[in-house]
Amino acid sequence: MDLINAVVVLLNYTIIPALTYGSQLALGAIFVTLIYGILRFANFATGDMMSFGTMFAVLLTYYFQSIGINFGFLPTALLTIPFAIFMMILYMLIIDQTVFKYYRIKKSPPVMLAMVSVGVMFVTQAIIRIIIGPTDRRFLDGEKFILKATEFKEMTGLAEGLTIKSTQMITIVVTIIVVAIMFWFLNKTKTGTSMRAYSDNEDLALLSGIDPKKVVLITWIIAGILATIGGILYGLDKSYRPFVYFNNMLPIFAAAIVGGIGNPYGAFFGGYVIAFAEIFLTYAYKRFLVYILPESLEPNSLMQLLSTDYKFAISFSILVIVLIFRPSGIFEGKRI
Amino acid sequence: MRNYLNIIIAYSIMLLLIILVGIFQSWSIALTIFNYCMISAVMTLGANIQWGYAGLINFGIMGYTALGGLAVVLVSVAPVPEAWSEGGVNMMTCLGIIILMIFSTRYILKNIQKSNRRNYLVAGIIIVGLILIKIIAGPAIEQIEAVDPAKTGFLGGLGLPVLFSWIVGGLFAAGLAFIVGKVALGLRADYLAIATLLIAEIVVSIIKHEDWLARGVKNVIGLKRPAPYEIDLQTSPWFINLVEKFHSAKLDLANSLSERQDILNQLVIDASSVYVKLCFAGMFLVVVIILLIITQKALYSPWGRMMRAIRDNEEAASAMGKNVVKQHLFIFILGSAIVGIAGAMMVTNDGLFTPGSYRPMRYTFVIWVMVIVGGTGNNFGAILGGFVVWFLWVEAAPIALFFINLFTAHLPETNEIKIHLINSAPYFRFLLVGIGLLLIMRFRPQGIIPEKIIKQ
Repeated sequence: MDLINAVVVLLNYTIIPALTYGSQLALGAIFVTLIYGILRFANFATGDMMSFGTMFAVLLTYYFQSIGINFGFLPTALLTIPFAIFMMILYMLIIDQTVFKYYRIKKSPPVMLAMVSVGVMFVTQAIIRIIIGPTDRRFLDGEKFILKATEFKEMTGLAEGLTIKSTQMITIVVTIIVVAIMFWFLNKTKTGTSMRAYSDNEDLALLSGIDPKKVVLITWIIAGILATIGGILYGLDKSYRPFVYFNNMLPIFAAAIVGGIGNPYGAFFGGYVIAFAEIFLTYAYKRFLVYILPESLEPNSLMQLLSTDYKFAISFSILVIVLIFRPSGIFEGKRI
Repeated sequence: MRNYLNIIIAYSIMLLLIILVGIFQSWSIALTIFNYCMISAVMTLGANIQWGYAGLINFGIMGYTALGGLAVVLVSVAPVPEAWSEGGVNMMTCLGIIILMIFSTRYILKNIQKSNRRNYLVAGIIIVGLILIKIIAGPAIEQIEAVDPAKTGFLGGLGLPVLFSWIVGGLFAAGLAFIVGKVALGLRADYLAIATLLIAEIVVSIIKHEDWLARGVKNVIGLKRPAPYEIDLQTSPWFINLVEKFHSAKLDLANSLSERQDILNQLVIDASSVYVKLCFAGMFLVVVIILLIITQKALYSPWGRMMRAIRDNEEAASAMGKNVVKQHLFIFILGSAIVGIAGAMMVTNDGLFTPGSYRPMRYTFVIWVMVIVGGTGNNFGAILGGFVVWFLWVEAAPIALFFINLFTAHLPETNEIKIHLINSAPYFRFLLVGIGLLLIMRFRPQGIIPEKIIKQ
């Protein structure tokens, strides 16, 4: 019984939140890695682009609520995803045409493009703040919990409760669907294969008749889908605040590089590595240990390895360690 | 002379803009902007040394700035004796352990050949060291933070003059740069950018959350100042006399003696803040000029030519027998130290240390915009970039407000779009700086004042 309780504690406070957070990071990391692999630059506007898509979801959610449309027990925001994705892709294509295209055709070094993306970051941030303002917004509606702690306790008779928030479930399910479709697209379809070829060797791909314009277009479309869905899932689970989205860029970068930048599988995996490391290292294990250790060994302190203040610092430290010992990432990087 | 014509014109326009602010807003605001421009200029000089001379991308400017600020606290604040007697010994022991860890790791890395055994030994040292530190420091930190937490709750500093901290700030930043350089300089440019960005975040999060060091997010206020205080000036007769002389025409217009006194008081209050800012401006100007002379001399010295050679073609420079790795590390340290000095200057100017305010947007990306806009590889350009971008950053809101009012003049006061736009005026600074960066990158990628190579 104690053992089951211990497992439930661990599930409730570490594994489920880590899976959720990891999925959100993974979507962002695949976005970063796609841009890096195909367009060949580190996109510093990542967080703000995610924020841009989410902004439309928030605004549309408010609009739908005001005219009385809802999605039953699911959050209304899920209904707005197609519209938000459309706006996001439109914005990305406008930015690409007006800004990035010039440097791509000129074959500027990647650093130049990264610097340009800093400019895009500033502009995007300004647009977001002018339209929606910098305040914290919650736009979750519908059923909040799938499983409440009290219900779980009644059901199983255990001392510990297990809570599953609907947003956690939605995040994990949606991520699995999106990522599965994307990997299928990259591996099985002709367009996906041509994208991978373009990423591997641009000149060779051009020689074999792959249209670079089409590859770039498809890349931005996939990037837009990933960015918007990742952003909306994060916003539903926590809340929507432009500044937080900007900051999320950092663990997302960490995830992409840890997994091996340019490699979508690596990015997907890297998201979970970062999330699990953050949560496992900052979790206070006292309650867990109380169940599995004999009474005489019960810990007095919280048994926390690092204070939760260092959550971000952990992911960055992992990144630094990976960069030192295996700069190409856990999986071999720079492939799609 | 003709070589310098565009520089002179650009600087005159900049000064004119600041003087216009002085005339239309107030001299106090103009001087505040001027001082911050100067601090930004120093940061930009540091970043320009790394990016312009050597082509190293450092997105960790925020971290070095924060360390410079920390130096001000650690140097100038008076020590807290109770905290030292409570936990000083333990903290010093920890410092000793860290130094021991570093030296023993170094020893092992040097004397034992690359093998699994060596890896286990290093890992063992680090793990044992961390556990020891946690055991020793844990209770000490609690005790230190319990000493009068509303006012102190930290170890305090050394109580030395604050100007000394500018040098210490530079040294701190140089130390961090040494570590970062050793770890990350081998990486490709964009990896280096991300790595430095994240390391800076780690540094700031440590400063934020280690309350025993510098009170963390509780902030340290009332730092020492190398300039006189406004309150002292307002009560000292020589200053009041000076103001009286300066404004005698205005004072003579007063009708009665009491009215004259009122006007004088107001003038003295205004003048005192201007005087203090002038003092800071003078000090900053000295720093900027010294740095400018040194960096100019360095740029046109054999060393500067070597750096440019390394930047433009690493392999060729390396084939000519230049130690690229060593030179990169050196220039990385040098540039970061200058940024550290700027961080210390900024905290001294503000008189308070607020770790919560260090954000990558303001302290890394805006500085980078300054470097790019001003002109990479040109020190005059870097300083100008600091001035122009900071000026835009501060004055964007008033400018945006002016244009919003202009374009929405026909709308009634209650129009929702108008109200929304007016409320979001402060965010137009992002738009202005971002579009400025994009335009410069597109149409003048070498910056306002491009790099000039003098052929000898």
